[in-house]
Amino acid sequence: MTTQAVEKYHNDFLKEVEKNVEMGHMVKMCMQCGVCSGSCPLGPAWEHPPQEIFMMIRAGKRDEVLTSDSMWMCTSCYNCIVRCPRELPITHIMHGLANYAHRLGIAPKQNPTRRFAQMFWKNITSTGRVNELKLSVGLYFMDGIASGIKKGLEMLPVGLGLMKTKRLDPMGMVSGHGCKGRADIQKMIKKATEIEDKRKGYAA
Amino acid sequence: MAKKEYSFYPGCSSERKASASNYMVSIESMCKTLDIKLNEIPDWNCCAASIGYAQGGELPRHTMNARNIALSEKNVGNQDIVATCAACWLGAKESQERINHDKTLFGDINNILGEIGLKYEGKQNIRHMVEVLIEDFGYDELKKPVKKPLEGIKIAGYVGCQTNRPFGVHGESFENPKYLDKLTETMGAEAVEKYDQKVTCCGGALAFSEPEKAYVQINKIIESAYDFGAEMIVTPCPVCQMNVEVYQDMINKKFNKKYKIPVVYYSQLMAVAYGASAKEAGLDGNVVRATRLEEIAAK
Repeated sequence: MTTQAVEKYHNDFLKEVEKNVEMGHMVKMCMQCGVCSGSCPLGPAWEHPPQEIFMMIRAGKRDEVLTSDSMWMCTSCYNCIVRCPRELPITHIMHGLANYAHRLGIAPKQNPTRRFAQMFWKNITSTGRVNELKLSVGLYFMDGIASGIKKGLEMLPVGLGLMKTKRLDPMGMVSGHGCKGRADIQKMIKKATEIEDKRKGYAA
Repeated sequence: MAKKEYSFYPGCSSERKASASNYMVSIESMCKTLDIKLNEIPDWNCCAASIGYAQGGELPRHTMNARNIALSEKNVGNQDIVATCAACWLGAKESQERINHDKTLFGDINNILGEIGLKYEGKQNIRHMVEVLIEDFGYDELKKPVKKPLEGIKIAGYVGCQTNRPFGVHGESFENPKYLDKLTETMGAEAVEKYDQKVTCCGGALAFSEPEKAYVQINKIIESAYDFGAEMIVTPCPVCQMNVEVYQDMINKKFNKKYKIPVVYYSQLMAVAYGASAKEAGLDGNVVRATRLEEIAAK
């Protein structure tokens, strides 16, 4: 088959995924065996397990894929990657799809993992290192003060256990902990984001 | 035994008053016995962990790891980089593999790091501490300094995900890695050979965002340890350790269980077997106290 003939049968969404999504060029290698879906620890929580996502991409179901919360169920356990008989980097493709949908602004707004991931990135890039207390408090108060207090109280024994064993800093909200080179880190992340945005078409 | 030196990437959770601070304490003790010198990467930053993908995409996430690798090169470029955290090891290794095999990415990274006065070459090996133990020492060498064999303790070796997949430890299988059991036995304890949840996912970062789903995973991991008669769980990963240890009360309520099983690091087993005190082995950092180990340490 000539390249032209192959191109003719490519739908636009598959092309878009191949161009813009991390490891997207590997999607067409999927042979629909389903080992990934059966190997996923959160399998039953996926509305569309990976195998289905791959077929939906080929069928051009752009909105159904990108607005799905399925990819946000990935725990990054890499079980699918090591078991895939065609050696698709499935974990990376799921991460890539979730990131792409998020950056396009069409990922499910209320998905807790999406929101947590956003907070996490802000947390690590502001000082260069994770501030665990700020991250946990931010997570509990994500939906406002009332639900934050409720969640905070529920998780209080866990937090106290960690503080008692010196594994959580009670002064974490105000401590100046982090990298000395935090300005450098912010500078490099800004530049890296600009380059990636431009290439993947997120740039305003 | 000749002194061994490595470039060291401790990672965020190892910091003082962070969730794996006791892991770090036990690593220091273990390394002292084995005469390992760890040269901390100056001003290292977060690896972006797995969850960094969502906002950090590709280039920004790889840039985070590239800065650490570049700083290590500048400091002790002839030494292997060693990480104790599974996520740090995986993040750094994955980024290095990608950057080194993609000319555009290699160019981008150096273009970006150039602006903050750094240069990336990516020539060092990036290894997990357990690889150092198994490959550079070997079980026989690791056994030599044992002063107090951990006799009579039955331990479930919970390997988890990220030290096992996708890279794993050389020579081990993804489905049934044996190194943790071998380390346990080398320290004189009994490894639970049939423990069938040793590579089950603990939920990772989803323990924060989707706790109900993570608790189902953690329940399986603990239940199986009890079923096979384990009185302790050992792990090489800070996320595994925290998830399996600190949510036991929540899981007890949810699944009507009475779990109270200590979850320790391999380095804590080693420190105690090598004669460290409970404090030196970081045992005061365990939320569920490992009393059997504390007793041996006090002897």
